[in-house]
Amino acid sequence: MSKPIKQIHLAAHFPGVNNTTVWSDPAAGSHIDFRSFAHFARTAERGKFDFLFLAEGLRLREQNGQIYDLDVVGRPDTFTVLAALAAVTERIGLTGTINSTFNEPYEVARQFASLDHLSAGRAAWNVVTSWDAFTGENFRRGGFLAEDQRYERAKTFLQTALKLFDSWRGDEIVADKTGGVFLSDPDAGEFAHTDSHFDIHGRFNVPRSPQGRPVIFQAGDSDEGREFAASAADAIFSRHSTLEAGQAFYTDVKGRLARYGRRPDELLILPAATFVIGDTDAEAADLAHEVRLAQVSPQTAIRFLEQLWNRDLSGHDPDGPLPAVDPVVGENTIARGRASVRMFRDPLAIAAEWRARAEAQKLSTRELIIEVTGRQSFIGSPQTIAATIDAFVQADASDGFILVPHITPGGLDRFVDQVVPLLQERGTYRADYLGTTLRDHLGLAPQPRPAARTNFSAEVAS
Amino acid sequence: MPDSSSRLHVAVALDGAGWHPAAWRESDARPADLFGADYWTDLTVEAERGGLDFVTIEDSLAVQSDDPFAPDRRADRVRGRLDAVLIAARIAPRTQRIGLVPTAVVTHTEPFHVSKSIATLDYVSAGRAGVRVQIAGRPDVAAHFGRRAPAARSRAQEYLTETADYVEVLRRLWDSWEDDAEIRDAATGRFIDRDKLHYIDFTGRWFSVKGPSITPRPPQGQPIVAALGHGGAAHELIAGSADVGFVTPRDATQAADIVQEIRALPHAAHRGSEHLHIFGDVVVFLDDSASAAQARRRRLDDLAGAEYRSDAAIFAGNAAALADLLSAWHSAGLTGFRLRPAALPHDLLQITEQLVPELRRRGLFRTAYESDTLRGLLGLPRPANRYARISQ
Repeated sequence: MSKPIKQIHLAAHFPGVNNTTVWSDPAAGSHIDFRSFAHFARTAERGKFDFLFLAEGLRLREQNGQIYDLDVVGRPDTFTVLAALAAVTERIGLTGTINSTFNEPYEVARQFASLDHLSAGRAAWNVVTSWDAFTGENFRRGGFLAEDQRYERAKTFLQTALKLFDSWRGDEIVADKTGGVFLSDPDAGEFAHTDSHFDIHGRFNVPRSPQGRPVIFQAGDSDEGREFAASAADAIFSRHSTLEAGQAFYTDVKGRLARYGRRPDELLILPAATFVIGDTDAEAADLAHEVRLAQVSPQTAIRFLEQLWNRDLSGHDPDGPLPAVDPVVGENTIARGRASVRMFRDPLAIAAEWRARAEAQKLSTRELIIEVTGRQSFIGSPQTIAATIDAFVQADASDGFILVPHITPGGLDRFVDQVVPLLQERGTYRADYLGTTLRDHLGLAPQPRPAARTNFSAEVAS
Repeated sequence: MPDSSSRLHVAVALDGAGWHPAAWRESDARPADLFGADYWTDLTVEAERGGLDFVTIEDSLAVQSDDPFAPDRRADRVRGRLDAVLIAARIAPRTQRIGLVPTAVVTHTEPFHVSKSIATLDYVSAGRAGVRVQIAGRPDVAAHFGRRAPAARSRAQEYLTETADYVEVLRRLWDSWEDDAEIRDAATGRFIDRDKLHYIDFTGRWFSVKGPSITPRPPQGQPIVAALGHGGAAHELIAGSADVGFVTPRDATQAADIVQEIRALPHAAHRGSEHLHIFGDVVVFLDDSASAAQARRRRLDDLAGAEYRSDAAIFAGNAAALADLLSAWHSAGLTGFRLRPAALPHDLLQITEQLVPELRRRGLFRTAYESDTLRGLLGLPRPANRYARISQ
């Protein structure tokens, strides 16, 4: 029996606070002006994308004890900008990354429930977790959560929030003017929750939202992160955008679902993907190299080098060979507030590998950094990109992609104008939205209404 | 006073179906729409059509209750609400000139989050944002958060002092980026001049915040901070921390006393009276005649089963009589008013269609919007950044 043809899911990641985003391009606009967000969201909606994705950062990154100044710096508040975008779009989903460490469930739940109401069912929550005291310095609750507790906190935070979303069944508001009955249930919203992280009770004050709860995303790649996604998420935001790595990840994560009584299509796998479009594949390849040069300026190359070497290399020549000294092994003290530096588990071995590669290919420091920090996921003509994306999805490397353009706010325009029509012609991408909610776009069944409310008054009183 | 002219400012306080508990049962009320975007957009567009300075949006971290100290189980009142900051953000792109001042509860929230959300509201509204800071002292609200024991800080004075610290953190974070911090200097590869970003290093009794903000300085520099106070320490908070204070006099004499008291407080005197507005809050039942307004008030009271009471003065009459009252209280020193419509949309329409023209005939209200920003509407200058070095 032949495999059914899958429909591709596309989403758009607003260009982020990292070196992928090329601010030096003459076409690059504001990263904070609302018009940039509105343009980007409307373009994605024109392309019938499932959703717009916003990342979050709660402390400006630092390197060598100073605020990192080479990348785009500064971003809006996630909830607030998504609520405003709901006013200038009609269908596209609105996905916000919200940290579970520096927030409280009651507040986050009411913000997401409000966003879902205000967007008529288009809200999604990418649940992330962090644990560092560095970020905690910006918060009254402070920082530091032991690393082994971060998923536990995220999990209990999400469970608590889900309990709050379900504290209203959705049929309580009768608003009967004649009879004078506003609520059918005087205790609507009542909840109680106790675990090792949270001990809260009372009444949630936002009635059930159109989707019942926001769509839940998970972004971690660790074993615990995958398990968390398999148990609780509707979609996973992964980083595996190559065919083989994508297939391995896909098989692994989808294979975990049965354990939780879930079907494979109840969790979508959507890797982040960058792209460069040219009129021809050759032109796209040239353009891709120019973009890489812009993404890794001489100054940026040195900062990347410092992140592995874990020492100040500000005097190093980016056009010369790699440093002769070895990396400082141990806790990374050079760069703070970024996740990537934690990935260097064995700096000495990586440095040796980089040296060998630079020597063999005769690469300068900057050229080496360009090589090792990754090329774009999709490079080519619109035809090549459409065919590649389709092939990846049909080969179960993913269910679609979250596209990360390198230009704000117009970086998505050409994809929507030239690649989307080709995907639609192939019959693997919708010509128009089929529903109104984000769950509809993702092909997820409506969230079932909770059963009759538990009597928490008795529980709390006992 | 902020204005050299004799004109007064008018804001409208939006809350549910209106401030009277039976307002949702009026024939033109839209109680089933309270949890959708259109309801709030329509009301604010109407307020903007009337040329009003700003709308405030009420909020709370608990289900509404008739009991000020505990939840009730009433099912015959509007219960449940959406987050006020997000309502304001949803309205912003659909309006052009009117100010948007949602309530933020400060007692259980993070100043870092609220600072960037109000800064972002200022971006999405292109300079029309404010925030009304509110205290939540009720134990049932604390139980929604779990971590903080309200008993230890049961005194109102401490909540107010904490709120003053909170506003100080908001203001420092808004200033933590200088206006020209973004440089995009290709030669050095730098997107920002980091010398123009500042750690705020706030350390107080209840919290400490490092900074800088993740959000650049908002268009107004400092969005408007508003607070409601009924006397004592709350008046000190208004004097020391707010751009707009909402107060609740019962008559012109009390209005004069309150204004005098707040303006004489050391903080207010230090800041200069031109930087502080004092608005009187008034609940309004407006109809073509006093008898019609009073009859409507009685009818709503009958539906609610009790006489409506408020912390603010209650006015029931026609637009001309309300204009007389506002004019008299304005002469007593109030620079503006926050009108609380008893029922929506009825009393809002009375304000925009009857009261505003009446005030304009008397030369008490501007004939059109004269600024793109809320600070501009209120005659407040865009403040210099506290961290910026004076250029030589």
